[in-house]
Amino acid sequence: MADGFEALVKAFSGVGVDEQAIISLLGKSHPEHRQNFRKGCRDFFIEDERSFERWDDHRVKLLKHEFMRFKNAVVLWAMHPWERDARLIKEALKKGPQAYGVIVEVACTRSADELLGARKAYHSLFDHSIEEDVASHVESSERKLLVALVSAYRYEGPKVKDDTAKSEAKKLAHAIKNADKKNLIDYEEVISILSTRSKPHLKAVYKHYKEICGKNIDEDLSADLILLATVQCLCTPQTYFSKVLDAAMRTDVDKKVKKALTRVIVTQADRNMKEINEEYQKLYGVSLSQKIEVTAKGNYKDLLLTLIARGN
Amino acid sequence: MSTLTVPSQIPSVAEDCEQLRTAFAGWGTNEGLIISILAHRNAAQRKLIQQQYAETYGEDLLKALDKELSNDFERVVLLWTLDPAERDAFLGNEATKRWTSSNQVLMEIACTRSSNQLLQARQAYHARYKRSLEEDVAYHTTGDFCKLLLPLVSSYRYEGDEVNMTLAKSEAKILREKISDKAYSDEDLIRILATRSKAQINATLNHYKNEFGNDINKDLKTDSKDEYLALLRATIKCLIHPEMYFEKVLRLAINKRGTDEGALTRVVTTRAEVDMKIIKEEYHKRNSVPLDRAIVKDTTGEYEKMLLALIGHEDA
Repeated sequence: MADGFEALVKAFSGVGVDEQAIISLLGKSHPEHRQNFRKGCRDFFIEDERSFERWDDHRVKLLKHEFMRFKNAVVLWAMHPWERDARLIKEALKKGPQAYGVIVEVACTRSADELLGARKAYHSLFDHSIEEDVASHVESSERKLLVALVSAYRYEGPKVKDDTAKSEAKKLAHAIKNADKKNLIDYEEVISILSTRSKPHLKAVYKHYKEICGKNIDEDLSADLILLATVQCLCTPQTYFSKVLDAAMRTDVDKKVKKALTRVIVTQADRNMKEINEEYQKLYGVSLSQKIEVTAKGNYKDLLLTLIARGN
Repeated sequence: MSTLTVPSQIPSVAEDCEQLRTAFAGWGTNEGLIISILAHRNAAQRKLIQQQYAETYGEDLLKALDKELSNDFERVVLLWTLDPAERDAFLGNEATKRWTSSNQVLMEIACTRSSNQLLQARQAYHARYKRSLEEDVAYHTTGDFCKLLLPLVSSYRYEGDEVNMTLAKSEAKILREKISDKAYSDEDLIRILATRSKAQINATLNHYKNEFGNDINKDLKTDSKDEYLALLRATIKCLIHPEMYFEKVLRLAINKRGTDEGALTRVVTTRAEVDMKIIKEEYHKRNSVPLDRAIVKDTTGEYEKMLLALIGHEDA
């Protein structure tokens, strides 16, 4: 019996719920088993003064989220990518500064036409342009950068002017060196380089930066999370996504961080999944599927694993 | 709106191409023939002609025009023949180059086109120049001008009529504060002008006038020599009354000693298929002479004929 409800608790823990285990353990249980489960499991049930064990309300709320994970993933997966990205940005704006990384993620990891599609969908869904909502909701100094990033329509060809890339690397290096006197995000040029230049051009800029400063640019930006995310998303999205996924699967993380698991896998399933998988394996020593097998449960887990497998 | 006149029965695309080819043949060029065809075809028709000409004769029509024509007439025909998105990309690129730089042209393109037209211009820019318009604007404009122009060319405004009156009130207040503080390149001020829909901006500026007494452009006239303020005023005008803005550009171009053909050509070719009719009415109202007559007085030859044809002058 002690075994019984340990397995049951396990079926309710992690991301998503193990529907099959719940059906066989709970569905087939003897009333006495359930009574013992309620009495024995202090995490889920509280002893009421009128001599019965009641569900802990907070726990029920958490369970609701876990049951919904599968549904949310399905709805998001079936959505048109444009609607998906528009809604992700809207939600991030509503949630506030801790969610602004999602805006950077969408603006910087999509192609020029995908981002454009998101802007069109946003018009239809919310009767405003993305830029005006970002501009009016973001109050911090990051506003300039975020508005510029969501307004970008980058050239996508391979042509790069190497001397311009070199001089821009120098400008960035100069700004970073003086970051204690003037915030990086207050440099108009830093913003315009990051928000208007093509991705191949920025790769060349990073290359020159490393030659000039001896370090990768993201190592020098670790103090400014939004700029760091911008730089990573623009040129090494698979690294960025791997890190976000890993953070989402740690135990006891904020529920917002957990949501990244669904978001990244659903939005990247038909795009970059193979590269993300490879990078994840390189960084953390296990494959993404293995980690998900251990962390996620039930239908939610099966959906994620299926989506990841599409990349193969 | 449009002043373009296309005959109800037009020759086939192949015939048009053949006629153009004969116009180029021989020593001289039959400019009249070129005008009679190209000045009476809309953008879709011109595009078909360009495609067919290239297929039939193995030469780009624009290159042929460039070889055969010269000066103001060449420029008006070339600009006119270009597909509107390519035209805007061309004008935008020219406006970022050193000797032809023009913040005004960049602002015009950003503010007087629809969201989709501006977008198509940006796409045409990628294709032609292998860079984005935004990165060239960021690189070639400086200071306050860059602060204003970059968001303007990057915008993709919502185009609906919905207006939020509470927002109009609060943003009119913000504009008033910034103007009183002489913070003309303030982030919030620029944000409002560069991201809000045109309908919303219109409502905000109406509220501004009702609440604070003056048209916003009157309050922005504090220094007539300040070029940035002039650009800001022009931006506002383009966003809510483009036909009045273009009337003024035409008036200044014509009244200028010697005529500013560049501006005249630009306005006529970019607006002929859009709102030239209203601009003509504005011009007549404001100057007591019809635009046709002013152009006849001020320009000559084939250049004059082409302009007249584009603005719908009879017998042109």
